[in-house]
Amino acid sequence: MTPVLATAGLAKRFGGLLAVDNVYFEVPKGQIRAVIGPNGAGKTTLMGLISGRLTPSAGKISFNGRDVTRQRAWERARSGIVYTFQVTSIFAGLSCYENVALAAQRHLARSMFAQVLLDEKRISDRVDDALRQVGLAHVTSQRADSLPYGHQRLLEVAMSLALEPQLLILDEPTQGLANAEIDTLCQHVRAITDSVTVVIIEHNMPVVLELADCITVMERGAVLAEGEPAQIAGDTQVQRAYLGT
Amino acid sequence: MISGRTRRIVVLHLAIIGLLFVLQFVLPAYHHTNLARIMVLATFAMGYNILFGYTGLMSLGHAMFFAAGMYGAGLCVYYLQFGAGAAFVLGILAGVSLAAVFGLFALRTTGVSFLIVTMMFGQACYLTLLYFNEITLGDQGFTVSGNLQALHQAGVGFAYSDPDVKFNAAWLVFAGALSISTAIAASPIGRVLIAVRVNEERTRLLGYNTFAYKWLALCVSGAIAGAAGAAYALLFSYVGASFASILYSIYPLLWTLLGGAGTTLGPLVGTGVMFYLIDLTSGWTAAYLFIVGGSLLALVLWFPQGLMGAVRARWARWLP
Amino acid sequence: MREVSRRRRLRQHHSLYARPANEMSFGPHLFLAFLEGTVTAFVLALTALGLSLVFGVMRIVNVAHGEFFMLGAVLAWYCTALLGGSPMVGFALALIVAPLLVGAIALAADWLVLKRVDYNPESTIVATIGLLYIVQQLVLTVFGPEARPVEAPIYFRVSFPWFGYSGYKLIVAALSALLLLGTWYALSHTKLGLYMRATQQDYEIAQAFGVPVRRVYATVFALGAMLAAVAGVLIVPVQQAHYLMGLDPLLLSFIVVIIGGLGSLKGTVVAAFVIGISDGMVSVFFSPTLAKILATLLVAAVLVVRPNGLFGDNRT
Repeated sequence: MTPVLATAGLAKRFGGLLAVDNVYFEVPKGQIRAVIGPNGAGKTTLMGLISGRLTPSAGKISFNGRDVTRQRAWERARSGIVYTFQVTSIFAGLSCYENVALAAQRHLARSMFAQVLLDEKRISDRVDDALRQVGLAHVTSQRADSLPYGHQRLLEVAMSLALEPQLLILDEPTQGLANAEIDTLCQHVRAITDSVTVVIIEHNMPVVLELADCITVMERGAVLAEGEPAQIAGDTQVQRAYLGT
Repeated sequence: MISGRTRRIVVLHLAIIGLLFVLQFVLPAYHHTNLARIMVLATFAMGYNILFGYTGLMSLGHAMFFAAGMYGAGLCVYYLQFGAGAAFVLGILAGVSLAAVFGLFALRTTGVSFLIVTMMFGQACYLTLLYFNEITLGDQGFTVSGNLQALHQAGVGFAYSDPDVKFNAAWLVFAGALSISTAIAASPIGRVLIAVRVNEERTRLLGYNTFAYKWLALCVSGAIAGAAGAAYALLFSYVGASFASILYSIYPLLWTLLGGAGTTLGPLVGTGVMFYLIDLTSGWTAAYLFIVGGSLLALVLWFPQGLMGAVRARWARWLP
Repeated sequence: MREVSRRRRLRQHHSLYARPANEMSFGPHLFLAFLEGTVTAFVLALTALGLSLVFGVMRIVNVAHGEFFMLGAVLAWYCTALLGGSPMVGFALALIVAPLLVGAIALAADWLVLKRVDYNPESTIVATIGLLYIVQQLVLTVFGPEARPVEAPIYFRVSFPWFGYSGYKLIVAALSALLLLGTWYALSHTKLGLYMRATQQDYEIAQAFGVPVRRVYATVFALGAMLAAVAGVLIVPVQQAHYLMGLDPLLLSFIVVIIGGLGSLKGTVVAAFVIGISDGMVSVFFSPTLAKILATLLVAAVLVVRPNGLFGDNRT
């Protein structure tokens, strides 16, 4: 079976720095893949290349067997690659409803002209669904940036849900969350993997070990190791790179 | 909840349109003419507001679209003896075509470069009107009333110089533009435009081709500005290059900021207030543009949300 | 309509500035156009450099830049008119007084306005448009609507085999070149220059290393204004002082910084020469208006190929 995502020889150079170096990265359908590694290992850059925020210096990216290397960010998002930012990136000043509606209506109508004909009722049904799923139904009309940080994170999850992605990239989703909130988030992530493939960048090892089906370890822009959680946890090379001992 | 909001919006805007219609029976002649002019200029500002207030693209060359409409309509009447209706449509077409072509390369720039590019091209259009003076008569300007046939409807002739015809034609143009801009602002498309303003990068990663949306906003904005320019030429009969000058690019910015950027009613409020402010000051000084500079500075420093923006923030969160 | 008659008056001054000699043959005519263009280019480089410096370091666009140019010209008129006597003395005084006074105005604007809007790019643009009208209308009130000539401090003609050329214009070019070199030296050899480059690279890191960023901002803004003011003083014997004269240099500077790439000083100077010389050529052979229209179209062409200008950062 073709993997959902596959990169071949992917590289990104910033001036003299090779941030991502010849990376072959494959994720099969339905998997939760964790990417770990020390700061500056190139994890976020790699995700930037996959989501189309950055253009690669070399290499190829294919999504569901199709070459998407030359597609722009919005085209990739439209075909199902959804990226959530490291820092929350909601639309400040808009209500929670509006935030999720932007995701919902994009899913309901692909082209700009289809947007014109869109019925608000269909959008609002979808928004209500997504907000209810993450437990934010009670703050629908509140300004998104007035929510506590953990709720803003959940709002982002709701936006991702409303988009119905095929590949969801979560960049350090538990950063800044309290323990209870982390548990809720993990539940949501696990609940959607029936239909969605997830790539998660994470520093919190308990979360990684609990969620991931498979772990990729990166260091200095390259893939250092890849394997099941138990295997990776026992790898001495990984421990040295990651824990710096 | 949503449909309740929609109903409120529709009722309020219809009431405003109705009130403006009724005002023609109450106002003394001087203010009657002023209001007709304000409605046409507010239409220009509403077009500007779609681009600046909602989409967040500040243009400093919008006079070119106003002038495109004005000359599109005016030249057709002057040289080709077009009727008012055809000339009006041509004015809109001129505005929208200029916006469409201009947008294709101007929107390649972002941030302050976009501002500079709009200002430059606005000025280039102004200079072009002066350069082809033999055709455009841009320097001295020309009047269209001599060539404009009265409108014959059901056996009755309506002359455009008649104040009542003038007022009601201006009112129709205004009502049309307000309806369009309100419909856009309250629609899914409007939501995407606002999203582009708030965070373009995020909007793109949701899967929106933000370039296309910005281009659409520019085209709609250009069409409405063109309609305003055409209406101005036909109703107030004067066509001149001064309407393409930089001042007429600054005016819609000022009107929109004063009334409240990103509010549907702000442009009307801002245009009305500024019109009378300038009317008063130009009575006693030649340096009346001081008011323009002073207001811009004051708005930026102390009142960035504008009049309707303040109303929305304080009393009516539901205003589009 | 008032606008139109002003415009017409302005264009008459333009024709003083670039007078085509119809009876001349093509070669010398081309040489004359080239000379005119070179002078324009030097003054333009000086004016645009101020705009570019301010953008480079502060990331803001100063729309009132042309008014600083105009203030320089108007102040030069006051200096020579009030002092009387030899035009040399008044002019020398203007070269000192105008930049100082304009610099002080810029400092005040930075302190009272720009700092308060936190140098937000959009607010700054609106604020400087406001400033543009305030300065322009104040000058209209105090100085009046008429264009006033200022006598050149030095009058001699350089004789070429085909025509005589104003020696003063050549001096303008030379002085501009000196000032450009001076600015370059200041940027690369002084502590202020170092601070400016540090701030341009990374505001926060510069601040962390003890660069007084706010003071650098104020200084740069004043410096940019002073460069424009000096350009205004230099050009006034050629062009006459008028309260609306700021618009043309502003637009030409905009064209230059967009083609050169916003913030790139090298780009600014190179583009100033491209635009200045072509502007001079087209002005002599056709008309100054056409020159500006063509320059704007050139910008469109550049933008299609390189959205961030020729020397700008074109990484996407």
